[in-house]
Amino acid sequence: MTPLLSVQEISKSYGTHIGCADVSFDLYPGEVMGIVGESGSGKSTLLNCLAGHIAPDFGRVVFDTRIDGPKDTVTMSEPERRMLGRTDWAFVHQHARDGLRMGVSAGGNVGERLMAVGERHYGDIRHKAADWLDRVEIDTDRIDDRPTTFSGGMQQRLQIARNLVTGPRLVFMDEPTGGLDVSVQARLLDLLRGLVRDMGLSAIIVTHDLAVVRLLADRLMVMKSGHVVEAGLTDQVLDDPQHAYSQLLVSSVLQV
Amino acid sequence: MSEYNFAYLDEQTKRMIRRAILKGLAIPGYQVPFASREMPMPYGWGTGGVQVSAAILTPDDRFKVIDQGADDTTNAVSIRSFFERTANVATTTATEDASVIQTRHRIPEDTLTEDQVLVYQVPIPEPLRFLEPRESETRKMHSLEEYGLMHVKLYEDISRHGHIATSYAYPVKVEGRYVMDPSPIPKFDNPKLDDMAAIQLFGAGREQRIYALPPYTQVVSLDFDDHPFEASKADQICGLCGAADSYLDEVIVDDAGGRMFCCSDTDYCSRRRAAGHQGPAFPGSEVAA
Repeated sequence: MTPLLSVQEISKSYGTHIGCADVSFDLYPGEVMGIVGESGSGKSTLLNCLAGHIAPDFGRVVFDTRIDGPKDTVTMSEPERRMLGRTDWAFVHQHARDGLRMGVSAGGNVGERLMAVGERHYGDIRHKAADWLDRVEIDTDRIDDRPTTFSGGMQQRLQIARNLVTGPRLVFMDEPTGGLDVSVQARLLDLLRGLVRDMGLSAIIVTHDLAVVRLLADRLMVMKSGHVVEAGLTDQVLDDPQHAYSQLLVSSVLQV
Repeated sequence: MSEYNFAYLDEQTKRMIRRAILKGLAIPGYQVPFASREMPMPYGWGTGGVQVSAAILTPDDRFKVIDQGADDTTNAVSIRSFFERTANVATTTATEDASVIQTRHRIPEDTLTEDQVLVYQVPIPEPLRFLEPRESETRKMHSLEEYGLMHVKLYEDISRHGHIATSYAYPVKVEGRYVMDPSPIPKFDNPKLDDMAAIQLFGAGREQRIYALPPYTQVVSLDFDDHPFEASKADQICGLCGAADSYLDEVIVDDAGGRMFCCSDTDYCSRRRAAGHQGPAFPGSEVAA
């Protein structure tokens, strides 16, 4: 089986400071990979390298494209990479404001990706937008409201709808539940888990919240100072951490 | 006046602008940056159009300036007298006699010919500006032909108003490639952009951009399959000349709220009246009295 995404020896440094170093892994279709670690451990740098937002200094990110098969996204042309960015890939930002157009209605936000890939029928676009708002549990009456009038949790769900409307195969998520209160987090996680399973999505989720990866991720990578210190099945890493830092991380979670 | 170089600008500047114009003509709809000069008028009064006109005028040209269709408004009068003084060119108000027409917000009603050049004054040349504030990003979107965002604007129009409410500066696609702002002309004029025999030049002075449409360029107004583009105008006839096919202005005529519609193209209207056409509000009738 061809991996959907094959990451090979990705390194990125900012001057003498290491962002992430020598990260390699394979992600297979339908698999969810969690990346955990403390602030500054290089999680987001890694994610941005994988999603093509920043260019890594070294390494390859091979994505199994629909038409041409496995292709290195680091060396592919920018139009191709941006095309991937609005079709097969999705990126969920930590802050919904970074991923939404706040001056555009909810329906327009969801429809943007459809229009970006050439959809030109207003009725169809609106119908799909309403359908997706429903799937992320936003009342379809709110379709013409701007995201500024939405709560934080709704904004985050809207961002997810906007990203998934074109049926991507790989979703990058950067702290998708950060900044939300716990009950909203729980609902969002429930929703995400449902969507990921229903659509057979592959996902890479960066978070510092171990509960998120416990619920969503099949596999887990623990990062520290830009290096992967431990990787394995989620339950295995969380229940039986081997590396000293993983042990510290797991034991730092407050038990209520 | 001998104190000025011909048409005000110095020859080096005119060459620089002509280069930008040629590049614009070679890549229809592409916004070419140029080193816009300060002109003896405020930004927003047509500094871009004036510089383009200055660069293309020759002593043999006959020059016409229109502002919102009219030859006799402040902007039109001052720009016309500017070139009368600095270039000593002949001027006219008749569309068919002019070889260079500088315009603000309108395309003349008469069909233009291959012997004519239409120069537009453009306030904001970037059609994506109000959707994407970053210049670096809009340039990338143009270069990669990522125009989905333009339709988001039209989508928002329909969702809010039930139809595409954008009525001026209506975005167009040029030769299937660049999305272009046609300057704030009413969308009634958009079909005239397409396949026009005259050269069309667009100058934005403050934003320092020139773009162009060579003769017979394909220009398509953006729309949705189920909400097609419609060139709209007031559903009235001209009160002065009775024209039903021209773009109309609504004019308040007295303190009692009396109003009439009349052609925004004054040259077109006066020629029709000279030819004997009469509207319902012609002098002698009740409204114009």
